[in-house]
Amino acid sequence: MRIYITSVFVDDLSKALDFYTRVLGFQVKHDVPIGESRWLTVVSPEAPEGTELLLEPSGHPAVKPFKDALVEDGIPAASFQVDDLDAEHNRLRDLGVSFTMAPMDAGPVRMAVLDDTCGNLIQLVQMLGE
Amino acid sequence: MDAEQLDQVFKALADPTRRRIIDRLREQPDQSLFQICAASVAQGGVALSRQAITQHLDMLQKAGLIQVRWAGRTKIHSLNLHPLQKAVDLWLRKHL
Repeated sequence: MRIYITSVFVDDLSKALDFYTRVLGFQVKHDVPIGESRWLTVVSPEAPEGTELLLEPSGHPAVKPFKDALVEDGIPAASFQVDDLDAEHNRLRDLGVSFTMAPMDAGPVRMAVLDDTCGNLIQLVQMLGE
Repeated sequence: MDAEQLDQVFKALADPTRRRIIDRLREQPDQSLFQICAASVAQGGVALSRQAITQHLDMLQKAGLIQVRWAGRTKIHSLNLHPLQKAVDLWLRKHL
């Protein structure tokens, strides 16, 4: 058994597509129309065959209260790994991304949290060497 | 500050985790619940659940030692040491 996909609930698919590709730097893997919606997944260009991220519409009524409660407490909906967190933080900040948590050391990792503009907080993590 | 508020300040201080939260917020103001939890784990202390930290924050807030404001849609905590100074003035100082 393998984890081939994970998902984030996004308020707006086109907006999410722009943020996750142009801003974060992922690339589209699948973009398949399903009825009035789309099956839209992105992957990291560093691992095009790796785990996909499904951008899932937030339509279900349980999703908004769930997302709002996580954001209220600053809890990320997903976590992505980077090699150099501070460089990535600077790059994204220059692109206008808003961070709810600036880079900080937390034990074996350095982490930051950003707002994906689609209703989620996203954690970026750099594994610190031993 | 009345007697009940004074009680709440001392109650809030009567716990090592809550004192640690105060120490951390002094070093780094304006933290979300997530950040306070991450920092508490990172410090190598006892790993506490978010629910436990939430309860500690509630007690600190009730005592007026923590202020909450909204940054966008996220709740941000910072210190208000005014009640601590009041506790010093009203009670601690006469024994110091």
